[in-house]
Amino acid sequence: MEKAAAQVQVSNGAPTFYVTEEEHEHSGGSTMLGFWIYLMSDCLVFAVLFATFGVLGRNYAAGPSGADLFDLRLVAVNTGLLLLSSITYGFAMLAMDKGRQAAMQAWLVVTGLFGLGFIAIELYEFAHLIHEGATPMRSAFLSSFFTLVGTHGLHVTFGLIWLVVLMRQVARRGLIEANCRRLMCLSMFWHFLDIVWIGVFTFVYLMGVLK
Amino acid sequence: MSGSQNHAEPHAEHGDHGDAHGAPHGSLRGYVTGFVLSVILTAIPFWLVMNDVLGHATLTALVIMGFAAVQIVVHMVYFLHMNSRSEGGWTMMALIFTIIIVVIALSGSLWVMFHLNANMMPSDMHRM
Repeated sequence: MEKAAAQVQVSNGAPTFYVTEEEHEHSGGSTMLGFWIYLMSDCLVFAVLFATFGVLGRNYAAGPSGADLFDLRLVAVNTGLLLLSSITYGFAMLAMDKGRQAAMQAWLVVTGLFGLGFIAIELYEFAHLIHEGATPMRSAFLSSFFTLVGTHGLHVTFGLIWLVVLMRQVARRGLIEANCRRLMCLSMFWHFLDIVWIGVFTFVYLMGVLK
Repeated sequence: MSGSQNHAEPHAEHGDHGDAHGAPHGSLRGYVTGFVLSVILTAIPFWLVMNDVLGHATLTALVIMGFAAVQIVVHMVYFLHMNSRSEGGWTMMALIFTIIIVVIALSGSLWVMFHLNANMMPSDMHRM
């Protein structure tokens, strides 16, 4: 891109084939749209996993079903944690808009703790299932269950790593434009994961418990 | 990334361009409204299933799917600040395209595999 810009500047007077105005966009103007398109592609990943679960979700292979395994109170707690982390991230964004760095960092810490709680409960649930013999190898239902819910959990885990990295960035360099942009990308990512979780608790847990 | 070095020039003339800083972040009221709606829309399906309020599995499934759809829209509007104007409408276009693909993938998979299951069932039974 810089090469292209340099060529345009050198060929003064000659016809230019690049619109120099567009160079501005590369410093972040199109990041939000690009990240949104990434999220949409991630949405397709989850759609495929949901479709797989939809097809295989009742193939228990004479093993345990969702009604036998799922503890809805635990899922309700997890849903609450993720929902709370969504709004605390929103509060962090509001603090960022006002330039209040300390408040923003505090809200990000709260968000991270809620996210950590979510992961901890999910890992506890997985460990409990595996301990009971409901491993991913037990049935097609459990394979697709662990793949779908595990993929979501991995996303949350990477979101948490990203969160810590960004908090460190902000602590070192402050609320510069690049950091604000990154925080807004993570904001979209985090809210997107909450939306995927709506699908998970509805289709996997609640409908899995229904007879 | 390469553009970050040569960005020293002022870009005051397109400050209203809707880039990183110009994008709407929502307000406190918006976030709280979205949160309260989400809590209600989450609590009702859990209550319906955990207490078996409706007493009919298919009906309950349809109702909680309805609640999920509404809650997804609530999150889109209040948390992700979706509207038809952001990024010149391209986020909405990408979303609509994704929804179309998701609907095709989900309904297509379920439809085809359901029929496959139904039609292959007898021979499967023999083999077992």
